[in-house]
Amino acid sequence: MVDLTIEIAGLRLKNPVITASGTFGFSQEYAPYVDLNRLGAITVKGITLLPRSGNPPPRLVETPAGILNAIGLQNPGVDYFAASILPYLSQFEVPVIVNMAGETVEEYAVLANKLSELNNIAALEVNISCPNVEKGGLQFGSDPAAAAEVTRAVKNNTSLPVIVKLSPNVTRIETVAQAVAQAGADALSLINTILGMAIDLKKRRPVLGNIFGGLSGPAIKPVALRAVWQVFEEVSLPIIGMGGIFTAQDALEFIMAGAKAVAVGTANFINPRATIDILEGIENYLRENKIKRLSDLVGAAHCKQ
Amino acid sequence: MTSYNTVNITRQDEIAPGFYLLSFKSPFSVHQAQPGQFVYLRCDNTYDPLLPRPFSIAMVDGGKNEVAILYQVVGRGTALLAQKKELDRFTVLGPLGRGFTLPPSGRLFRPKGGPKRVEPLESFPPSFLRIAVVAGGVGIAPLFFLLQRLKDLPDLTIEVLIGVRSIKQLLLATEIKSLSPQVKLHLATDDGSCGFHGSVTEILATLLKADKIDLVYACGPEAMLKIVAELLTKHNVPGEVSLERQMGCGVGACLSCVCKAKGERENSFRYRRVCKEGPVFPVQEIIWEE
Repeated sequence: MVDLTIEIAGLRLKNPVITASGTFGFSQEYAPYVDLNRLGAITVKGITLLPRSGNPPPRLVETPAGILNAIGLQNPGVDYFAASILPYLSQFEVPVIVNMAGETVEEYAVLANKLSELNNIAALEVNISCPNVEKGGLQFGSDPAAAAEVTRAVKNNTSLPVIVKLSPNVTRIETVAQAVAQAGADALSLINTILGMAIDLKKRRPVLGNIFGGLSGPAIKPVALRAVWQVFEEVSLPIIGMGGIFTAQDALEFIMAGAKAVAVGTANFINPRATIDILEGIENYLRENKIKRLSDLVGAAHCKQ
Repeated sequence: MTSYNTVNITRQDEIAPGFYLLSFKSPFSVHQAQPGQFVYLRCDNTYDPLLPRPFSIAMVDGGKNEVAILYQVVGRGTALLAQKKELDRFTVLGPLGRGFTLPPSGRLFRPKGGPKRVEPLESFPPSFLRIAVVAGGVGIAPLFFLLQRLKDLPDLTIEVLIGVRSIKQLLLATEIKSLSPQVKLHLATDDGSCGFHGSVTEILATLLKADKIDLVYACGPEAMLKIVAELLTKHNVPGEVSLERQMGCGVGACLSCVCKAKGERENSFRYRRVCKEGPVFPVQEIIWEE
């Protein structure tokens, strides 16, 4: 037997495979294809204080080895989430991480407070990196001081572990990581999507209703891996690695770069069982290479031989 | 009963230049699939193109438990798919989405609010439900499967209206004619090479004006569907349309494929997922883009 358990911010996960926010809905959609109880954790679609209708379509376009999306945080709001979605999620034996976003520091604080009063939430993932909303999102994630301020506001209003999800759309991601670490973050999610765009030649207009969108998928994997590597070198917080993870090999690269856990996003669209395939692949790798504990591999690529 | 599986292609034919009919062993029971539902199918095992593509179920064979899709080669995904041969394999997720509402019987499905003025078609008693099925181009795909189911229902007549650019792009016309004597086929071509020279919506307009239609099912280009919607509103006839959108997940999780639909309050709107609440919607529900 190999030991796949990991600990992140006081949270003990039975394995390192998590779903990435926004790509797995609230998990009902994938329940026919995936045994949810086998997942390390589920990170749900981003929640805001009030319902949001999201951006005008088109919201998605395929690009080489990736997709650009500009959903714009469409979600039913925290009250609906608490009343109608959380009870569904609570029936499974899998930790639920709630991704949360706001337009102001105050909104993050109020939302953190509200979520903390609910049962069956394992951790909060603070989204300060959504590239597709006018207010909030990236404006917090690209400024170390603002990122720290949001982190502090959330920390002051919750006793849950706080994971901060960072954007790659910055000059030095390590600087933002250090700022949120000093502000009390318990863990980091790296990375959110990379800002991009596409143009429709027939219409001679941007394809997306929002003009810009966030790039995800295999195309961004090397960028995400680099971010994990850099942050691991400079910040001691546990890292959840994500960005184009499609196979167990991809996941293992992130773990060796320093991620304790991995999140699977766009891959769910191509293969709804991607999370389970990746989990089984990691397990096989450990067995074949006679590695007893997955935690022994975390950051392994940094050790000079 | 939706599932994710790898399947074998049993047959692929180019039935018109650039249009393919592809059959595969169904991983789900075809008897449980609804007309209008789709399968999310990976054209090849590549990272580029990356996403699967949604295809309406065009035909089922209950005896062999096979599904067929009908598609036009329009991009790299469909070009890759067109190269597939018998025994090649690909992954299929489905059946997905909400399909067409089948009338339980002609009598039951009559619109509420008093009987419409019923002018019976020749040879059919007035209690018959008179259906029009309106297809533009490859939009015939989900409608053929619908016809396979409608033909076995009692008490209805079916007018099939097909619009194509030219006779070369006419799809499944022979198969439709041989489905049932209840089915009457009307053709329209843009270039006048066959049938009515003009738009298929003009045929629909004539039938609606003569009060010969009680219910409409439509699939085709959005511009055509918009005209169908306007006609149905004008004549106060119910109908359902099947929409197409770029999808991400196909199962309702990613919120990429939304269309604008009427909200609960007047003059409000809400986004509906084409993959989940659709691809088939009541025609009155959709807010059509200018």
